[in-house]
Amino acid sequence: MISVPVTHILFVSFALFFIGAYGFFTRRNMITMLMAVELMLNAVNINFIAFNRYLYPGQLEGLFFSIFIITIAAAEAAVAIAIIINIYRRFKTIDSDDIDSLKF
Amino acid sequence: MEGYSYIIWILILPLLTFLVTGLGSRKISPTLAGIIGTTSMGICALLSIYTAGSYFGYYSNGVYPSLKVFDLPWLSFTENLSIHLGMVLDPISVMMLVVVTLVSFMVHLYSIGYLHGESRGGVYFSYLSLFSFSMLGLVVSTNLFQMYIFWELVGVSSFLLIGYYFTKPSAVAASKKAFIVTRFADFGFLVGILIMGYVGGSFEFDAIISRLTNPESPEFLTATGAGFLGISLLTWSLVLIFMGGAGKSAMFPLHIWLPDAMEGPTPVSALIHAATMVVAGVFLVARLFPVFFQVPVALDLVAWVGALSALFAAIIACTQTDIKRILAYSTMSQIGYMMFGLGVSGMGEAGLGYMGSMFHLFTHAMFKALLFLGAGAVIHYVHSNEVSDMGALRKKMPVTGLLFLLACLSISGIPPFSGFFSKEEILTAALMKNPVVYGIGLFTAGLTAFYMFRLYYLIFWHNKPYHDKPSPLPRKKEAPLTMMVPMILLGFATLVSGFFPFNNFVTSDGKPLEITFHADLSAIAIGVSLTGIALASVFYLRPGPWPDKIATALGGFFTTVYRKFYIDEIYTLVAKKFIIGTVSPVANWFDRNVVDGLMNFTGTVMGVFSDSIKVWQSGKIHGYLLWFFAGSMIVLILMFIL
Amino acid sequence: MTIANFIFYLVSSMILVFGVLTISTRQLFRSAIYLLFSLINVAALFFLMDNEFLAAVQVVVYVGGIIVLILFSLFLTQQAGLKLPLPGLGRSMMAGLLSFFGFVLLFSLLLAASPEADENSFSAITMKEIGFGLLNFGKNGYVLPFEVVSILLLAAMIGAIAIAFKTKKE
Repeated sequence: MISVPVTHILFVSFALFFIGAYGFFTRRNMITMLMAVELMLNAVNINFIAFNRYLYPGQLEGLFFSIFIITIAAAEAAVAIAIIINIYRRFKTIDSDDIDSLKF
Repeated sequence: MEGYSYIIWILILPLLTFLVTGLGSRKISPTLAGIIGTTSMGICALLSIYTAGSYFGYYSNGVYPSLKVFDLPWLSFTENLSIHLGMVLDPISVMMLVVVTLVSFMVHLYSIGYLHGESRGGVYFSYLSLFSFSMLGLVVSTNLFQMYIFWELVGVSSFLLIGYYFTKPSAVAASKKAFIVTRFADFGFLVGILIMGYVGGSFEFDAIISRLTNPESPEFLTATGAGFLGISLLTWSLVLIFMGGAGKSAMFPLHIWLPDAMEGPTPVSALIHAATMVVAGVFLVARLFPVFFQVPVALDLVAWVGALSALFAAIIACTQTDIKRILAYSTMSQIGYMMFGLGVSGMGEAGLGYMGSMFHLFTHAMFKALLFLGAGAVIHYVHSNEVSDMGALRKKMPVTGLLFLLACLSISGIPPFSGFFSKEEILTAALMKNPVVYGIGLFTAGLTAFYMFRLYYLIFWHNKPYHDKPSPLPRKKEAPLTMMVPMILLGFATLVSGFFPFNNFVTSDGKPLEITFHADLSAIAIGVSLTGIALASVFYLRPGPWPDKIATALGGFFTTVYRKFYIDEIYTLVAKKFIIGTVSPVANWFDRNVVDGLMNFTGTVMGVFSDSIKVWQSGKIHGYLLWFFAGSMIVLILMFIL
Repeated sequence: MTIANFIFYLVSSMILVFGVLTISTRQLFRSAIYLLFSLINVAALFFLMDNEFLAAVQVVVYVGGIIVLILFSLFLTQQAGLKLPLPGLGRSMMAGLLSFFGFVLLFSLLLAASPEADENSFSAITMKEIGFGLLNFGKNGYVLPFEVVSILLLAAMIGAIAIAFKTKKE
């Protein structure tokens, strides 16, 4: 339907990825870090779909990769939140800067 | 060739027995271990005799070939250099298979009775099987390297068996001494192997022999041309290999371990230190005989070392009082005979010495094993090794006495016993090549007859001893049946093995050898032996003042001989002054300062370095994250640039 | 400019704006809601790129699943109305620099590669094709990863339960 150049779509994808990366670096709350990761994963999905549509129309590889990424993202979110809840129980905080027992 | 593939079982059975009795030594009783070992050695002996029969029977009308029954590559270094493991059948290996399995079988059977009631019998029998396996592997080796492996294995089993009574400090010292002395000799052997492998381009016996005996082959020219200290590489390698053989066969001056090795159980002495392992050196020289024959210097060395050892050991044996030590020196003397038999031999038609040496090896294994087993029976009865504790035992142990007499007659070279025939051939060969060696041999034969009958009379006649001992000897007379049966069988072998037509079977080139009987030479040898026997009868048949008087008359010489020419003391002096006094402090300083210092330095550097970078492991996830991301960016840039 | 292209630019800018808001707001619940908006717009982008199925999956999994999960965990661990602390200046500088240079680097790589693409190429993907592809074990078949991922999901479910399980204090 749309007929924009592929670079425009990829610009959105890259920008979203680095927005997520910036959030991942700066945020200290673990749940917001998780949200930043979700943004980065979505950027990658956009990337796959754009390449699939523009460079290899008629094929399904990009689509399937996106589906698998979404699946794994769901699994990852579930496990990550379980870990975060466990950490909260133990340390009474989910601030990543306060959780630094694992050191020399 | 496929027809002989069953001979692998001659190796596998003792190995299995070693594993079963060794691993299960706490679970199975010593008697059961003995029965297992005896059965497996019995099967091996039957297989060996069958092999010998079919091998000598099949090729009876021509040249005996060297058959490689198995030949598997084991370590391949390069295209041309690889180490094989295999089994070879040729006259001497077949003969050795028969000797080793027969004597080993006898000794296993004898040990059941001898070690009755000892708690560590299982361990003993596993060591015995390990030894049998190694010795059999040694004699069927197809190449020098395989031989070296089994050579060391027999050294280890000898070490273990000498130190079997490990609670006795003297046994522990003796086992260490045997191991260190033979190990020192084996160092020369290894260097010799490497030189020979280098000049011959192979470790295989057949390849080495075919290359190094052909004067036109490039290997022969390299080997005899280039040299070190003016002596060709071939000579060096043969001399060094002979050094290994001399160490194992207790030739002068590497003989010092053999008398001490008598600390082991007596059956072990019969098997290892009389019949089989100590002749490994003779076997080694015989195996490489065609190459030795190309180098007269090396062959002369073998002859002279053999002759001198024979004389030297015989002189010492006349003065000793420990029954087993006398037999040990006698063994050394007889191996000296075999050595100079090889040393004076020629190839082919002139190969009388080679054949006589192998024949003597065969007969000596039988009668010397019998002597040791008889001595073991006596020791078992008297509970002492000293001849002064024995005497007049012919009434208590008539059968043992008779068998012992038979073996003494055989070793003295009295016809029609086996020793006469083999010794006769060696002496004839010596006379043809080197009259001096012949003279030494003849004199040694007289000494042999003297000291063997001295021993016999002191044990079985000589009425002086234990009547005044506080505790009378037990009522029990002859040894148990398991000990008597092997002795009777060996006595039978001693009687008949001399009539074996050895010259048709085991010769230097595989062809039957015509031997002529020299009545005059035989008469001289018999005369010398009878003189020795007569002297012994005069001195030792009854207690008398003569032996002590002669000893006093000889004075310092007697003491020197009695103290074995002070060879042990010289070695100790050298070791103390040179090694402990000079080398050790330097090595000690080097070890403490350079080696330890290097290690400590490395450790300190690592410690300081780790201390300085450990702060990076802060536990802060964001720190890790930034570094990770920066790193991945750098990788990306690098990929972009490249 | 067609209407579809106009909608694309609109959707794209919404994605980026809500993404920036997600990571910049100091209130956690708002952050989650902004993320929701951003993801819905990504679904719209998929729809614009002729991938109706993926758009549907995006809405169902992310909006219906992950965002709800995140909201629940926020309820469990966070007091409502509490503002997040501002990140330190050094860290934001560092992160900003890294992100900016990363973006510039990647985008310049992309422009240097300048993929040849036909903007008007169009081929509708039917559900039938997706189903065949996903459960096909021949060429271009994805049944093995499909099975592997299903096992992974099961393992993640069990693992999440096991991790978050409240153990009795001794």
